[in-house]
Amino acid sequence: MHPAPSVIIFTTLSGLGFGLFFWLGLGVPDVSGGTAFAFFTIAYALSCAGLLASTFHLGNKKNAIYALSQWRTSWLSREGIAAILTLFLFALVAVPRIFLGAEMAISGVLGSIFALLTVFTTSMIYAQLKTIRRWHQPLTPVMFLLHALGGGALLAGEAKIAGWLLLALTLVLLAMWRIGDQRAAARGTTGDATGLAHLGEVRMLESGHTARNYVVDEMVYRVGRKHAAKLRMIALGLAGALPAAILLLTPPGHITAFLALALHLTGVVTGRWLFFAEAEHVVGLYHGK
Amino acid sequence: MSNPETIQIDTSPSVSDEVRKTTCYMCACRCGINVHMKDGQVAYIEGNRDHPVNKGVLCGKGSAGIMQHYAPSRLRAPLKRVGPRGSGEFEEISWDEALDMAAGWLAPLRENDPKRMAFFTGRDQSQSFTSWFAQAYGTPNYAAHGGFCSVNMAAAGIYTMGGAFWEFGQPDWDRTKLFMLFGVAEDHDSNPIKIGLGKLKERGARIIGVNPIRSGYNAIADDWVGITPGTDGLFILALVHELLRAGKVDLAYLSRYTNAGFIVNEEPNSPENGLFLRGQTGKPQVLCRDTGKLADFDTPGVMPDLAGSYRHAGTSHRPVFQLLAERYLSGDYAPEAVAEQTGITADRIRSIAAELARVAFEEEIVLDQPWTDWKGQKHDKMIGRPVSFHAMRGISAHSNGFQTCRALHMLQILLGSVEVPGGFRFKPPYPKPPEAHPRPHAGVTPGQPLDGPHLGYPMGPEHLLLDDNGNAKRIDKAFTWENPMSAHGLMHMVISNAHAGDPYKIDTLFMYMANMAWNSSMNSSEVMGMLTDTDENGDYAIPHIIYSDAYSSEMVAYADLILPDTTYLERHDCISLLDRPICEADGAADAIRWPVVEPDRDVRGFQTVLIQLGAKLGLPGFVTEDGSAKFEDYADYLVNHERRPGVGPLAGWRGKDGQGMGRGEPNPAQIDRYIENGGFWVDHISDEARFYKPWNKAYQEWAVDRGIFDAEAPYVFNLYVEPMRKFQLAAEGHGDIQPPEHLRARIQKTMDPLPIWYPPFEDTNVDPDEYPIHALTQRPMHMYHSWGSQNAWLRQITGKNFLYLPTDLWQQHGFKDGDYAHVTSAHGSITVPVAHHAALNPMTVWTWNAIGKRKGTWALDNDAPEATEGFLLNHLIHELQPPKGDGLRWANSDPVTGQAAWFDLRVKIVKADPKPAESQPSHPPIKSPVDKAPHVVKRKI
Amino acid sequence: MTSLPEKTDKKLGLVIDLDTCVGCQGCVTACKGWNTQNYGAPLSDTDPYGADPGGTFLNRVFSYEAQTEGRPAQTVHMPRSCLHCDDAPCVTVCPTGASYKRSEDGIVLVNEDRCIGCGLCAWACPFGAREMDRDAGIMKKCTLCVDRIYNENLPEEDRVPACVRTCPSGARHFGDLGDPDSDVSKLVADRGGYDLMPDLGTKPVNKYLPPRAKDTLNTQPLEVVADEPQGFLGWLDKALEKL
Repeated sequence: MHPAPSVIIFTTLSGLGFGLFFWLGLGVPDVSGGTAFAFFTIAYALSCAGLLASTFHLGNKKNAIYALSQWRTSWLSREGIAAILTLFLFALVAVPRIFLGAEMAISGVLGSIFALLTVFTTSMIYAQLKTIRRWHQPLTPVMFLLHALGGGALLAGEAKIAGWLLLALTLVLLAMWRIGDQRAAARGTTGDATGLAHLGEVRMLESGHTARNYVVDEMVYRVGRKHAAKLRMIALGLAGALPAAILLLTPPGHITAFLALALHLTGVVTGRWLFFAEAEHVVGLYHGK
Repeated sequence: MSNPETIQIDTSPSVSDEVRKTTCYMCACRCGINVHMKDGQVAYIEGNRDHPVNKGVLCGKGSAGIMQHYAPSRLRAPLKRVGPRGSGEFEEISWDEALDMAAGWLAPLRENDPKRMAFFTGRDQSQSFTSWFAQAYGTPNYAAHGGFCSVNMAAAGIYTMGGAFWEFGQPDWDRTKLFMLFGVAEDHDSNPIKIGLGKLKERGARIIGVNPIRSGYNAIADDWVGITPGTDGLFILALVHELLRAGKVDLAYLSRYTNAGFIVNEEPNSPENGLFLRGQTGKPQVLCRDTGKLADFDTPGVMPDLAGSYRHAGTSHRPVFQLLAERYLSGDYAPEAVAEQTGITADRIRSIAAELARVAFEEEIVLDQPWTDWKGQKHDKMIGRPVSFHAMRGISAHSNGFQTCRALHMLQILLGSVEVPGGFRFKPPYPKPPEAHPRPHAGVTPGQPLDGPHLGYPMGPEHLLLDDNGNAKRIDKAFTWENPMSAHGLMHMVISNAHAGDPYKIDTLFMYMANMAWNSSMNSSEVMGMLTDTDENGDYAIPHIIYSDAYSSEMVAYADLILPDTTYLERHDCISLLDRPICEADGAADAIRWPVVEPDRDVRGFQTVLIQLGAKLGLPGFVTEDGSAKFEDYADYLVNHERRPGVGPLAGWRGKDGQGMGRGEPNPAQIDRYIENGGFWVDHISDEARFYKPWNKAYQEWAVDRGIFDAEAPYVFNLYVEPMRKFQLAAEGHGDIQPPEHLRARIQKTMDPLPIWYPPFEDTNVDPDEYPIHALTQRPMHMYHSWGSQNAWLRQITGKNFLYLPTDLWQQHGFKDGDYAHVTSAHGSITVPVAHHAALNPMTVWTWNAIGKRKGTWALDNDAPEATEGFLLNHLIHELQPPKGDGLRWANSDPVTGQAAWFDLRVKIVKADPKPAESQPSHPPIKSPVDKAPHVVKRKI
Repeated sequence: MTSLPEKTDKKLGLVIDLDTCVGCQGCVTACKGWNTQNYGAPLSDTDPYGADPGGTFLNRVFSYEAQTEGRPAQTVHMPRSCLHCDDAPCVTVCPTGASYKRSEDGIVLVNEDRCIGCGLCAWACPFGAREMDRDAGIMKKCTLCVDRIYNENLPEEDRVPACVRTCPSGARHFGDLGDPDSDVSKLVADRGGYDLMPDLGTKPVNKYLPPRAKDTLNTQPLEVVADEPQGFLGWLDKALEKL
């Protein structure tokens, strides 16, 4: 799949934002007034920036108003609704906490649930796709949720919790790649896709058009195997293992937390790039890829 | 809010304001099209269901015609060259100035030396008119592009059976049970063949494809014979060998309808050796099977004795059929003997021969349709042999192409499968034997018309166009000993001969629709040099070049005066029975084009320009007695010109009352009647006239009635082509007209009156070990000429080409996708992208033709893939072969017809490492005479 | 609503004969022409005369090679467009309800007044049948020429998709695949028509007819009547006598 910057930014930022919301909803860290304002601003900024970025790749924004209508079947629609509800619920949490020093515990818990639900719906946009076998596995939502929870915890200043979550993320990433590789390898052949396998080994001779087309640009993106292996190590180290080690093995402090966050963020972006770039859409078989 | 049940879509939108029916010109197929108009603009093009050619369907080109019409590469106004030739620097001028300029060059030439004007048209569909102009002008130098296309196919067909494949005939698609297709044939008769293949598939009939490349039609062939290029003739003669050995030939058919029974003089030293014994009236003689006596071949009731012989005054004679059998029974043609050269196993050859025989003789078709033959004998049935064949450039664009085409026709005839149900059928105006065609003419009188038609079919050395010193009368050296039967001229030799001043210098080269500075020439780079070369005075070697094209093609930059043509939707045209009509096997048909929209710029249909130029020059036929223009424009000519009394360009609705078919005086409402009828006219022949046309009384009478002939012209097929023997006799020293010494041996060998096979010249003139690989081209079915590349839709389908390599070569050189190769022939070298294609003859590479473009042309950006990655094989092919031992450079052409031997090419290949930034050679950009193209096209009218 | 209809009254679709398609691209440009002038936004072409042209096409003809060891490779042309799946994943993923499947005939359409151009439907489609128009930012796909097949402004015989009407070799057939007695259903039954990627469970309506077995000719060699000219003459004399 084409690793479009808009979706990389979207999933990265909104994941962090909703992850932070999750912790804030539970009162972690337990802050109010100006500090709470700062935390909520970060959460809103990240989630809104992410959501905004997601609209960049829309070809026809003027119909965006209809995007919430299909919640009964569409994970994308559900995500929009969940995101908006989450943002709304956290207004009910943030305003009292910042200005009144009051705690709306029920809204907070509800908000946290919706924040996770939002991340889950995002993950299901990808995980639901049977056409991309690498994504169509139960670990995809787990991976997204761990990203949000771990990154959120890191932002919330919960170094140890973040450390354990990022360690878990590291393991899940490893598992996902392993399963993903197996699933991708079992994707089939051009012969299977064309139904011509009984004639022997099938290869594409001409794709009909020598010019570019949307399907190839969008879905037949391939990253080199060696390149991908290198990037996997980078993503794994930066998003999970290194920040986890820093957080779990060094005394808590702003510098270490900041370092861990910076590493994590870089790792997440790399991982998300790979998430798309490594995803083999089944249509590639028709293109001999 | 958007429940599917509640979504309202308009399932009956208005399709268009009006449908205008005209004829496609995206290739030579001439399909009927419905042009849907909205707001006076062309909105959508689809096939015309009523049309005899395409019956509603349309190919990839046809539906994309709209983008040809809206192409940004369309020229806008007449252009006068202001920079050096080849620079592309022009200024727009008025038509008055353009016509004055042209007439200023042409008028003095006509008065002094008309042959110094050479007029060659390319993919011209108005040759009966353009040749008429050239004839009236008086130059001997006229032809269209047949010489570099498929004249071998045309000439072999006419000489052998009075009709050719091209679009001039067709398999009996509704009945044939075995169809054998030789070589690339995706160009001519495009949709009828596709429709026909569809019919075969529907019935489950077998298709055998013989082609080094398994693409296009060959992809759906049930059996693919991946033959070695240039060996088709050998393969066919091996099939003939097998059929003869098994006695699987149609003796009744051969006796009645061919010259198998004509008796041939076999006295070795006689000047008549190899000629037919003729009776008192000059008719060839046969031995009557019943009486054992000689008789005119067409005597009613006489069945010739193919097994007899005749000895008279010490001279022995035998029938053609015995000579034929003797030759092809020879072990030289045994499957084992040809297997290695052809790349086809002996078993496979036997199997194919057996299948041909099985279907022809065991699946015979009998139609309960009485008919009467030319001798008046009545037959109560029509008997058919349901095997049919088709071939085009694939087998003919070789230096052994003529004889290969002859061999194929001989095979058809031996099987008794021509003009019978289930076999191959002619479309009117064919059948038409060589005798019924004109002879070539080159009699020049300054200020006067030529003494007859330029092109024709020589029947012996007396018809060659040679002057008293034996020099060629034509600039292209057509109809000379180098290529005696060059029935279509040799357009590919014009520029090099004119440049060399051999046989003489010319002043003005006038061309139409021929991209000679690019893909229509062998050796394109050198041709560009010839067009820009100057003499010691600094004058161009070819002083004036006038060119007409609708588009900013490569050739435009090399002309001095450009006469911009319209698109095919803006013009009158006629697809005439005088020329290459759109007939079906079951009827005569012709068609028009008419301006479904008026041009939005200062361009004129080329034929109208010729009418105007002819009038300006005062050419006979173009002016009235008082010297004023006889025709206002081409449409006026189409209606009012009479080639013979009552016979004009259009056959339909003739006569004042519009009732005349084929014959009748001009009808002023004729074009309107065509338009009302969908742009075409068709007249079906009666059931009893549908088959056996050359020998069918009802057909012959109908043809005369429709003005196709003026008298009935029945004839028999020529298994043995006597005129060829006459050229051989001259080469043996007989007669007054003698070939030059250096050509004697070649003429003796290649002008054999019975089909022969010899290796393509390049196989013997270059070292096959050094250049082991055959290199071929073919046009994509969705493109034609070079037009595809400017078409915004079609160029997305094929905007670059690869050299396709078979598996062994691919692996042997370690190629990967994205690699380039240096490809070298004896003549030149190119560096081009490669791709793998497994379904290939193991020693053959190929590419799509005419995808590569010169930078600055066709309104494409300079970095368009056509100009950076696309390439031509033309750079590897020369119009002359490399020097031989005798120091002479022989033409890279068929020695009989002069057809350019494009497919003889041999190359070697090495991987290009590092690969170049662009395909090589890369020519510098030409300044575009048209504006830059738009960045987005989304035309919804 | 992007829920799929439980069942459709008809299953209109195409049957494409891979044994007959010669790869002429006729269907490709006929489709482009009709659908540029009709349903929704025109099919645009960006950089149409430049280095990197990219246009929207609803139907593209691929070619494939298939080879078994020791046998000649064969070439198959394969036109590819929307298969109007019964269980169309492109429909259910759509967030706006723009993508839908008609209950009356099963045609899958995009309502361009709802489409936001998110591209998720194209991701969900295994067949590469949907293309985002680069200029309009709207998802385009085969409409089965819904504006032709019911169009009362067209003669009845023309009420078929543009690709079917134009196909020169007759490799494309249109009809109701839900009706076992329809011509197309019979053709599928006769020729072993198959679904593309059935394991993905999209239940395509369009069917492909497989290429017939190739390179099977094995006729027994002919019986020889004469091996040399003299013997041939003897045979000839007898054969002529029989005539």
